[in-house]
Amino acid sequence: MSVPLPMFVAIPLVAAFVLPVLKGTLKPIATVLANLVTLSLLVLAVMSVGKTSVYEMGNWSIPLGINLVLDGLSSLLLLAIGIVGAASMLFSVRYMEQYTAKPKYYSLFLLMVAGMNGVVLSGDIFNLYVFLEIASIASYALVGFGCDHEELEASFKYMVLGSIASAFVLFGVALVYANTGSLNMAQISETIRRIGMNTGLAFALSLFVAGFGLKAALVPFHAWLPDAHPSAPAPISAMLSGVLIKALGIYVLARLIFTVFGVSVPIAWVLIALGVSSMVIGVFLAVGQWDFKRLLAYHSISQMGYVVLGVGLGALILARKGDPLWASLAILGGLFHLINHAVFKSLLFLTSGSVEMATGTRQLKKMGGLVERMPYTRATCAIASASIAGVPPFNGFWSKLILVIAAVQAGFYLLAAVTVVVSLVTLLSFLKVQRYVFLGELPENLEHTQENGGFMLAAMAFLAVLCLAMSLLVLHPALREVVLQPAVDVLVRAATAPTAVVSQ
Amino acid sequence: MAYALCFLLFMIGLYCAVVKKNMVKIVLGIVIMEYAVNLFLIMLGYLTGGVAPIIERSQYDAKTQTIAAEFLSASVDPLPQAMVLTSIVISLGSLALMISICIRTYAKYGTFDITEIRRLRG
Repeated sequence: MSVPLPMFVAIPLVAAFVLPVLKGTLKPIATVLANLVTLSLLVLAVMSVGKTSVYEMGNWSIPLGINLVLDGLSSLLLLAIGIVGAASMLFSVRYMEQYTAKPKYYSLFLLMVAGMNGVVLSGDIFNLYVFLEIASIASYALVGFGCDHEELEASFKYMVLGSIASAFVLFGVALVYANTGSLNMAQISETIRRIGMNTGLAFALSLFVAGFGLKAALVPFHAWLPDAHPSAPAPISAMLSGVLIKALGIYVLARLIFTVFGVSVPIAWVLIALGVSSMVIGVFLAVGQWDFKRLLAYHSISQMGYVVLGVGLGALILARKGDPLWASLAILGGLFHLINHAVFKSLLFLTSGSVEMATGTRQLKKMGGLVERMPYTRATCAIASASIAGVPPFNGFWSKLILVIAAVQAGFYLLAAVTVVVSLVTLLSFLKVQRYVFLGELPENLEHTQENGGFMLAAMAFLAVLCLAMSLLVLHPALREVVLQPAVDVLVRAATAPTAVVSQ
Repeated sequence: MAYALCFLLFMIGLYCAVVKKNMVKIVLGIVIMEYAVNLFLIMLGYLTGGVAPIIERSQYDAKTQTIAAEFLSASVDPLPQAMVLTSIVISLGSLALMISICIRTYAKYGTFDITEIRRLRG
C-alpha cells in the first residue's frame, strides 16, 4: 500500500486552521482533534518506513511541477517528528492548562509540524525554503507564547537570528537557480556533476552551511538556542530540541551536501569542525548551568555535535575514497544518534516541564528530594539521563559506541577520544541534575508537591519505553535493515555513485 | 555590477541587523536583507527588451510543434517572479510577527534598546 505523501502536510495544515475556530465549550473538541492529528501522523510515519515514493503535485511532471520525495532518510525524520509530536501533544493536554488560548497553541503546534514534514519531504529547494519558513515562524511565535519578559526577549533574539538564516538560505537558493537553471534537487545534482563546482555554487554552499548551521544551532551559530528553548512551554521545548533543529538544520545540511552538491574533503572538514566544536563547547557550557531547562538546551547543542560529527566523518571517508563500510558505519552512528536524541531529549524536556509544573521553579538549587513526591517523573528522568550520558543498555550508548568504533576504524583516534570525554562530562552533568532535583533534602516549601499523573505521565512513559526499545533498531538486524540502513544508503549511494538521482 | 550592488545592499542589511541596538532598526535591517535577495531574484529573470512569457498563436507552429525563435530569445524567465511573490508574502508574515513582538516588548520594558532589555545571559 502506498503512502499518501501530501497527507503529511495537508492533515496538520488543515487542522491548524480549523482549531482556532473552536471556542468556549468546543475547546475540549480541539484537544481531541489535535491529538488525533498527531497520532495519525505517527501512524502514517510508521507506515512510510522502508518505502520510497515520489508524488508529483497536480500531476505536473518533474521539471515543471513540484514534487514530494519519500526515501529512507525522509522516513527516518518523519518517524522522529511523529513520535515526538504525538508525545508532546499528549503532554500538552494538561500542561497547557496553565496558559490561556489553548486552541491557538494547538494551531501553531500543528503549523510547525506541517512545516517540518514539508521540509523533510520536499524535493525542490525553493519549496523547502517555504516549508522552512512555515515551521520557523510558527516556532518564533511558540517561543514567545507566554508573553512574559524573558519569553518575548528570547523570541525576538531567536527571530532575528532565524530571519537572517532564512535570508541566507533564500540567497543560496537564488544563486543555485542562477547557476544551474533548476530548483529540483535531482536536476541540480545532475547539473553540478556535469559542470562541476564554480564560484557561485561554492558561495551558495557556504550560505547554506551558515543558514542551516544557524537553524541547527551549531557552535559558533548557537547563541539563540539556550535562550529560546527554555523560554518556550515544556512540550514546545521538547519539539524544538527534539526535532526542529534536526529537521530544519541537520537533515537539510546532510541532504544538500551529500545528494545535491556532492561530498568533498573541505566541506567534510567543515562538518567535522562544526561537530567537534559543538560537542565540546556545548557540554562545557552545560556543566555550569543551574537552570534545569537551560542545562538541557546546552546539551542539545552538544548532542547535535555528535550527529554532525558522524555525518562529517562519513563524508570525509567517502571524499577520500576510503572504505565505504566505515563511512556508512559513521553515518549510521550519526543518524541513529539523531533519532535517539529526538526521543531522550524530548523526554528530558517533558520531565523538566513536569517538575516545573509541580514545584513552580526551574532552578536546580531550589529543588531537592523530589524522589518521594514524584517517583514516576524521577524514574523517566533517570532513564533519559542514562540514555543521553551513554549508559548501557539504553539507546544513547549504542549510537555513541558506533561513532567511536567508526572513528577508531577510520584512524581518527583523537576524535574517538573527544567523543568519549564529552560523553563522560555529559554523565557528570546529569548526575548533578539527579542529585539536585530528585535526591537530597526536600525544601520546606515543596512539602506538598504532587506527582503529575494522567496524560503527562502517559507521554513520559511512552518515550521512556522507547528509550529502551530503540536499542533494538541497531541490535535487531531486520529492524536495522528496514529503518536505519535505507537512510544511510541514501547518503552513501548519492556520494559514491556518479549518476545518483535524488528522486529515486 | 548590478549584482555587486545587490550584494552590497544585502551586507548593509546584515550590518544593520547585527550592529544596531534599537529593536526597530534591527527589524529594518532584516527587511533590507530580504529585499536585497528579492532584488537579486528579480534581476535573474530580467532581460533588456524582454516580453511577457505568454505565447501567441502566430508564434507557434502546430505542424512542426516548434516555437518561434524570436519568442524564445525575447521572453523573460517567469519562475523568479513567482519565487519573489512567494518570498514577499513570507517576509510580510515574519515582519508582522517581529513588529508585534517589538510592540509587546515595548509595553513590558518601556524601551526599544536591546542593551537595556537583557535579562537572559549568553
